Amino acid sequence: MVEFVDIALLVLLGITAFSIIRQKNLFAAVMMAGIYSLLSAALFVVMDAVDVAFTEAAVGAGISTILMLGTLALVGHNEHQPQHRPILPLFVVILTGAVLVYGTLDIPPFGDAANPAHHHVAPHYLEESEHEIGIPNVVTSVLASYRGYDTMGETTVIFAALVGVLLLLSLGPRPGRLASNGRATTIRDRDKPVSKEGMEEAQGDTLQVSDEENTLGDTNG
Amino acid sequence: MKKTPWGTPMDDRVILRVGAKILIPFILLFALYVQFHGDYGPGGGFQAGVIFAAGFVLYGLIYGLENVKRALPPQAVYICSALGVLLFAGVGYVTMALGGAFLDYGVLAHDPEHGQHYGILLVELGVLITVFGVMVAVFYAFAGRGRVDK
Repeated sequence: MVEFVDIALLVLLGITAFSIIRQKNLFAAVMMAGIYSLLSAALFVVMDAVDVAFTEAAVGAGISTILMLGTLALVGHNEHQPQHRPILPLFVVILTGAVLVYGTLDIPPFGDAANPAHHHVAPHYLEESEHEIGIPNVVTSVLASYRGYDTMGETTVIFAALVGVLLLLSLGPRPGRLASNGRATTIRDRDKPVSKEGMEEAQGDTLQVSDEENTLGDTNG
Repeated sequence: MKKTPWGTPMDDRVILRVGAKILIPFILLFALYVQFHGDYGPGGGFQAGVIFAAGFVLYGLIYGLENVKRALPPQAVYICSALGVLLFAGVGYVTMALGGAFLDYGVLAHDPEHGQHYGILLVELGVLITVFGVMVAVFYAFAGRGRVDK
């Protein structure tokens, strides 16, 4: 039964991945990517990794779909005709995939009790966490207590990612986003060349951008 | 979705507006459930933070960026995203001040097991606050770009 569910999910996953490649409409591709994440989450549930599945469903299928849609609203819906020939990228992708599949040959069998992962600290966590931590969900014990450093690092990475995103976007073509804080106003001079590129891509917004360009040009003198 | 609907509220979408209004409190409540039930079932700060942020993102999608920014100013979001990390690291320093190792929650209470409970609660809260802040801030950053300021 589990095999059947596995096979069904993996087939759906493959179909979704292939449709994403074939899809020229980016809106549909983003939606498919959300479905892909949801299917991955279902696979994680089958593998009894409910915490991971939860995260995949919330982050992969939820928030990142929203952010991709936000990006699409800026760059337009249709994929441009590729300038390069697909042979070399295809070769690189197939080669990388083959190497990865070759790598999986050395991975110990899934769920085998003799796996190295089950013999290092895992038995200690599973047996002692009830007395040491006193929390039924061992995943939470490991994440927050045994591996507290890691989780702190992850939280810091998320914060650092935000700083990076804000820095990158504050250099973007459209000022005024941070105007309430008065931050983006000083770097308006750099906006012009970036805007030109953005204009070509954002077909739907062309009119608005050019309006803004004009006002910008005026203020910059 | 053609012209960045996020700057303008979806005034004519009655079903979306009413549906979102009904759903959002439950989304936020579910996030808190995921947060505080993380000790017993799947879930924790990361997932709860994302779900909590999703509530505000949904509000922003339906009612417009301006309205969600009035409910939750960008400043508050930036402060949140830093505050969570500070809370997490702060717990570590408190445990050091109490004579334990960094992030050794056992010293937070007389009974080490209770100390672990307090520590995990605070640390997960830190994760929730940071993840929530970062998700909403990134959404603001992306959604705010397609909009021409009046």
